[in-house]
Amino acid sequence: MSTVAAGEEGVMAAGLGRRLAREVASWSVTLKLGAVLLALIALAALMAPWIAPFDPEAQDYDAILLPPGGVHLFGTDNVGRDIFSRVLYAARLDLSAGFALTFVPMIYGVLIGAYAGYRGGLVDAVVGGIANVAIAFPFLVMIVVVVAVIGPGIDAIYISVFLLAWTMYARLARADMMVERAKDYMLAARVLGFSTKRIVLRHGLPNVVGSSLVFAMSDFVLNILLLSGLSFIGLGIQPPTPEWGAMIAEGKEFILEAWWISTLPGLAVVLTGTALSLIGDGLARRFSDRHGGPA
Amino acid sequence: MKALRYILLRLLGTLPVLIGVTLFTFLAIQFVPGDPVRIMTHGRLGDAEVEAIYERLGMNRPLAVQYGSFLVNAATGDLGESIIQNAPVADLVAEKVTPTLWLLGMGTLLSVLIALPLALFAAARPDSAFDHAVRAAGMLGFAMPPFWIGLLLIVTFGLELGWLPISGFGAGWWGHVVHMILPGLTIAFFLAPILVQSLRASLLDALAADHIEVARARGIPEWRIYLKHALRNALLPTLTVLAVNVSWLVSGAVVIESVFALPGLGSLLVRSVGYRDYPLIQGLALVFAVIVVAINLVADLSYGLVDRRVLRKLP
Repeated sequence: MSTVAAGEEGVMAAGLGRRLAREVASWSVTLKLGAVLLALIALAALMAPWIAPFDPEAQDYDAILLPPGGVHLFGTDNVGRDIFSRVLYAARLDLSAGFALTFVPMIYGVLIGAYAGYRGGLVDAVVGGIANVAIAFPFLVMIVVVVAVIGPGIDAIYISVFLLAWTMYARLARADMMVERAKDYMLAARVLGFSTKRIVLRHGLPNVVGSSLVFAMSDFVLNILLLSGLSFIGLGIQPPTPEWGAMIAEGKEFILEAWWISTLPGLAVVLTGTALSLIGDGLARRFSDRHGGPA
Repeated sequence: MKALRYILLRLLGTLPVLIGVTLFTFLAIQFVPGDPVRIMTHGRLGDAEVEAIYERLGMNRPLAVQYGSFLVNAATGDLGESIIQNAPVADLVAEKVTPTLWLLGMGTLLSVLIALPLALFAAARPDSAFDHAVRAAGMLGFAMPPFWIGLLLIVTFGLELGWLPISGFGAGWWGHVVHMILPGLTIAFFLAPILVQSLRASLLDALAADHIEVARARGIPEWRIYLKHALRNALLPTLTVLAVNVSWLVSGAVVIESVFALPGLGSLLVRSVGYRDYPLIQGLALVFAVIVVAINLVADLSYGLVDRRVLRKLP
């Protein structure tokens, strides 16, 4: 593992660079393509204040429903807002919210699942039971109930997703851990007298996180679709804040005369979702290769 | 006898979900800041009138008693009373449930019809150009927001070409079918890719089995091996995948109903939130949970009844 024990900083940096280069070189075409695409989208979102030519919420009644082209790359909407700037700013919201909605529950889901799978017994029975109930829980209904209580907005989505989504990750990590638990290296760790915490976190976790990472990529797509879908029906992000789904809803009435208002934010979702799916597909193949399974 | 026990066990297994959903909804509504009846009626009522509503809805009883009576009433088909619409929730649900069930049914049917041939051809030549094309198309379809696809379908097939109706539920059996084509296709855009992926994988697994080799050796034509021997074994895991996604399917249906102006449960749910009609929300949460649980149950049961090995593993 540690080939970089040779004290000098330069050697370490070179070793790290080489390892990174080797890692990237071993990626499949889909993984590379997805990673590049996602990096570009994330960069555009990050740089939105510098790239966006207009204020995303500024209305201009001299430039209403302009088709794409010229200064307004993606055209303008019914109150003269620049669609390109809005799509860029929406990317900040959709990507960061999608990221949090996916990876926050993943962290405690995997930890809970790995622990339950390792310990077995009562802990395992409780976690398994909760996971089984949660999988049949109508997701959107729960969010709607929370919206009815605390009002529309992203907080309702966070609360519902954080309460429910971890169970899927716990389920995956638990199943993998039950397989890993019986393997020799686990036995060796136990014989050496390591603590349960160390065995689960240091020895088990690296081997059970793969399936969750693969699932996280589709979950990321689904979470962006969830956020935009709720905003579309008016329960999520409220106008005038730019969000892809809310923008699609805003353009709905003008779809015949100004197709670009709804279509272009939709394409942004498709592009992001495809990038994530490509990464998920690449990761799935990579993990199955590593475990010597069929590609 | 074993089959009956299997069904009973599964039925019992649905109870935690139903109790979980209703309890969550019930407790959540208790957290509403302020006075729910005053919020629902926008403060137009005097104290005496509000008191009367509380009395009528039984909302001044202890929480546990309220929840208990909600469960008992629900079991007998009484879901309480909508405050805004001044009608029993059960009647409102009965009125709106048909379009939603049609949408779910049509969406699943179209998804299967699209997924089946694609998966068969993709699995016939794994890693061929066609296989890769199907996979790429699946990624694209999966990433498309259903409401966005719905809008594009409305514009293309409804408004530009004028082939299909774009909103409402239609009249009569055939009218429903025609009105459900575009909403169903919208569902298929996201459900079919999931089905193709799972069907293709399980077809490849099934084709690698020994009995397929035996069938080939016996000179059975390749298409027959595919349809009779491989597909039958591959369908079962796909059924599970379908069931796992039911929760998402139902969520998607709520949004799609709004795109196509379908007078279904989803539209009712969204409206009930707008009005803060808490009894209606509570009743609808239970109805949606029942739909999800029922579809899961059907998938589970058919799995167990088709594959008898599941029954043998019973305690």
